[in-house]
Amino acid sequence: MPKVTMPQLGESVSEGTIGKWLKQVGDHVDKYEAIVEVITDKVNAEVPSPFAGTLTAILVPEGETVPNDTEIAEIDGGGEVVAASAAPRAPVALAPAASFGPAGSDERPVGDYEGRVTPAVRRLAREHEIDLSLVPGTGHDGRVTREDVLAYIEQRRTGPGAATPTVSTAAPASAAPASAPAPAARAGEDELVPTTPMRRAIAAQMIRAKSTAPHAYTTVEVDMSGLVALRDSVKADYQAREGIGLSFVPFVTKAVVEALRKHPDLNAHWTDQGLLRRRHINIGVAVAVDDGLIVPVVHDADGLSINGLNKAIVELAGRARAGKLRLEDIQGGTFTVNNTGWFGSVSSQPIVNVPEVAILSMEAIVKRPVVLATPGGDAIGIRPMMNICTSFDHRATDGAQIGRFVQDVRMWLESVDVNTSVW
Amino acid sequence: MTTVKASATAEHLLGADLGLTRDQLLDMYRLIASTRALDERMWILNRAGKVPFVISGQGHEGAQVGVCYGLRHGHDWMVPYYRSVAACLTFGMTAREIMLAQFARANDPSSGGRQMPGHYGSAIHNIMSQSSPVATQVLHAVGIALAAKIRGTDQVAVTSLGEGSSNQGDFHEGLNFAGIHRLPVIVVVENNGWAISVPASQESAVEDIASRAAGYNMPGVIVDGSDVLACYRAGREAIDRARRGDGPTLIEAKVTRLTGHSSDDQQTKYRSAAELEAGRGHDPLPRFRDQLRAVGVLDEASEAHLTAEIKALVEDATDWAEAQPEPDPATARRHVYAESEA
Amino acid sequence: MAIRTLVESIRETLADEMRRDETMIILGEDVGPKGGVFLATDGLWAEFGADRVMDTPLSESLIVGASIGAAVNGLRPVPEIQFADFIFPAFNQIVSEAARLRYRSNGAFGCPITIRTPYGGGVHGALYHSQSVEAFFAHVPGLKIVVPSTPYDARGLLRSSIRDPDPVIFLEHKKLYRSVRGEVPDTDYVVPLGRAQVTRPGNHVTVIAYGLMAHYSLEAAELVAAEGISVEVIDLRTLRPLDAETVVGSVRKTGKCVIVYEDNRFGGYGAEVAAVLAEDAFEYLDGPILRVTGPDVPGVPYSHTLEDWFMVDPDKIADAIRRLAAY
Repeated sequence: MPKVTMPQLGESVSEGTIGKWLKQVGDHVDKYEAIVEVITDKVNAEVPSPFAGTLTAILVPEGETVPNDTEIAEIDGGGEVVAASAAPRAPVALAPAASFGPAGSDERPVGDYEGRVTPAVRRLAREHEIDLSLVPGTGHDGRVTREDVLAYIEQRRTGPGAATPTVSTAAPASAAPASAPAPAARAGEDELVPTTPMRRAIAAQMIRAKSTAPHAYTTVEVDMSGLVALRDSVKADYQAREGIGLSFVPFVTKAVVEALRKHPDLNAHWTDQGLLRRRHINIGVAVAVDDGLIVPVVHDADGLSINGLNKAIVELAGRARAGKLRLEDIQGGTFTVNNTGWFGSVSSQPIVNVPEVAILSMEAIVKRPVVLATPGGDAIGIRPMMNICTSFDHRATDGAQIGRFVQDVRMWLESVDVNTSVW
Repeated sequence: MTTVKASATAEHLLGADLGLTRDQLLDMYRLIASTRALDERMWILNRAGKVPFVISGQGHEGAQVGVCYGLRHGHDWMVPYYRSVAACLTFGMTAREIMLAQFARANDPSSGGRQMPGHYGSAIHNIMSQSSPVATQVLHAVGIALAAKIRGTDQVAVTSLGEGSSNQGDFHEGLNFAGIHRLPVIVVVENNGWAISVPASQESAVEDIASRAAGYNMPGVIVDGSDVLACYRAGREAIDRARRGDGPTLIEAKVTRLTGHSSDDQQTKYRSAAELEAGRGHDPLPRFRDQLRAVGVLDEASEAHLTAEIKALVEDATDWAEAQPEPDPATARRHVYAESEA
Repeated sequence: MAIRTLVESIRETLADEMRRDETMIILGEDVGPKGGVFLATDGLWAEFGADRVMDTPLSESLIVGASIGAAVNGLRPVPEIQFADFIFPAFNQIVSEAARLRYRSNGAFGCPITIRTPYGGGVHGALYHSQSVEAFFAHVPGLKIVVPSTPYDARGLLRSSIRDPDPVIFLEHKKLYRSVRGEVPDTDYVVPLGRAQVTRPGNHVTVIAYGLMAHYSLEAAELVAAEGISVEVIDLRTLRPLDAETVVGSVRKTGKCVIVYEDNRFGGYGAEVAAVLAEDAFEYLDGPILRVTGPDVPGVPYSHTLEDWFMVDPDKIADAIRRLAAY
């Protein structure tokens, strides 16, 4: 009888927790219908059944955490076996009678990579959960060689890498220097809040970023008067037409996208072999959620208008808060935009979302007195000013390059006026 | 090249001039008669569908028993061929062991059921394991004799083959080498006139294989294979020659092949009824029996006793061997190399 | 420690073993007073006499067949076939008899013989003094096939072969007889059969070879090292039984493999090694398994232009390594 197994939700995820069964034993299940909510370090996701049929057994109860590939449910499909994920391939022994893995054991995706893949490369990608499209190929015709994959694994392990197994197996403290042991909780006074998977993942990612990427920071001030004017003039119409509000985030995102077009070195991942310039511009927009932070990704942001960006961002944020993100929503980011302004921050030093090479925070828009140059000389004016704080990985880029980048961002934003189309 | 015949007059005790006692004569007869009975039983088993293949030596028994009777068991070596049932029984193998080979049982000493029947061998009896490519055994016998000479053991090696096989290169290479080094080896060609369906006239350039001995600097002895005591004499002389260091002998025993080449051969296709009838007249068993009856070594009572004994022997060998376990495939990888004998 | 050529090492080892084991005999064409056409048995007839170092007639089948018989009756024969090209008259005795004797007798008989024979080309020997014959015999269960490439290994492997209770074919590359020298300790060391040796460790490409090719592979490795390609060279030393563990382990490490043999390509011994790797190292292969071999023509031609065309050399091996490294 076909079994549904715990899928791998997110790079580096090695286990999942059953959140909520959406179907009960005896229910009919359509092919690809969601049957269970799964919580992982990175994402809460609804897992669909790969087969149609009747749910005949629930093998893992709510709240239990199991490793990837664990059988979690049985679907009686009346003979239809379309296994989306099968048992993991057994290791190949040295015995003359080679033990082959079960049929279809290639189904663990190695990304959408369509290049030539040798057995060694395929195996390594599977074992280390690597998206081969992220690996630079130095072999013949640009083939990703075994050495390329090994190097990628190494830099991911020692460098900024989000794909090594998360701290589901190790306590977060093991990644940091041993700190003073936490004082014992005193009953009735102190309360120990257990670490959630998400919190663990965030902790690991932050440590990884800060310990491997040397951070440098720069801040520019942006005169938002044109943008504020534009938004004021269209927001009501926009709301009426689109049913959602129009924030400043899509504008900043658009400015970033345009600047990245001119600075492809910043739309990149840092690897030991070199800077991996990504072809697609996928902007991650940080979203605060109940117990932490998540960064859903707007893929191919350069193909979206401001309206398009806004819709995408709103939709992603909504699903993020509802815990309904899909795997592709959190993968593939090339640059991150962070909105810290909503709670009044005027300056922040965001942590680079390694292996990306830079991150940009948009701070609060604050009306300030500024010095304006007028034909008649300097004068004081009041302008809505917004700081843009950019952190960057100083291995990958330098102040000058970042400086030009943030200039471009600023100039785009300052070029916006009531005539700028948002559609 | 010499021809040997035994002389037997009523006044001489049969075989006395050969130093054979009455008991030994009976023993030889028993061997020949038992072999024949066993042999006939094999063919019945084959026709009954119990053993898939038979190749045997009906008509050859007299020559084999005669030539080999003078060998020293456990000391000398026998390097036989697929018709050598009588020789192997003479040299110590048992009826049960012969039958184990027919039924290809696990405890078959010749091969553990791995070879077709007919490939008799026994390490404890110094009977070399045989193969199917013919005449290769001549070189093995020569090698055994070479070792005997180098080691100074006074062992004698006897090998036998058909006249067809004596046309293989190995026969000539072996005799040549034995001739050069005066090796203690006796090569017995059991010439029954047929190499499966090819008559000897088309098989060999000479009528008498023994004539080839001259080409290898050794005596070539022709003997009537149906005359047991003549064969014994020829064997005895060759064994003594070899043992005292005077070198090899080629013995050609003219015998008859009473059956087809094997259970897969229908010899009426190429042998006329008349020729087959003539062959039956050359059968050593009734001839030796008549000789023994004539001098009173065999009489009605002893014959009846012997017949019953042999019948019981054959029944016992057949039933016992058939009841033995068959080889276990789990053992099929053993003995490829010495270390696989774990 | 003494420096010896390959043939000197073999000769001295034969002498040592003859002294150690009085049941050992040597037989073959011209092995006696002449000492062998390559002088591999030079001096042995004088020391041990005609009984134990015996000139045979021109009868290869006899040489092997009589050895089989002598082995069964208490001696330990080490026959020599003068050139591997002439082993075929003895093929029946080797394959039908020696290889099968233990198995067909269900363990009642064994065949402790070691057949020594010079093989290989590059010596202007043409079709009938240059052949490689390992493929014919390595195929046969019951035989062991040994190919030393150094004087050290020759001594150790010849000891193991002679002392082995099963039939061994000991292939000596005639081009190496006098051209390779090495240290040979005076001790009673043995090199066990069935163990390959990593003669040069490396990381990028494994090169598997034996005999003369083991030397050429080391040269090729040196050539490409300058280009940054790190080659691991394995000298098989025994062809049957194959040390699959060492070979598979190395290819699992490097992911790439070149197999070198001077014999004709099709159905050559190295094809079996390639098949073993394809089965047991498949998940670790980062490129196709390549073979560098002699061409499929019926023999090594005589004229040096043709012989050079035929023979595998370090450059041909290096080319294959480069191609594979760049894959």
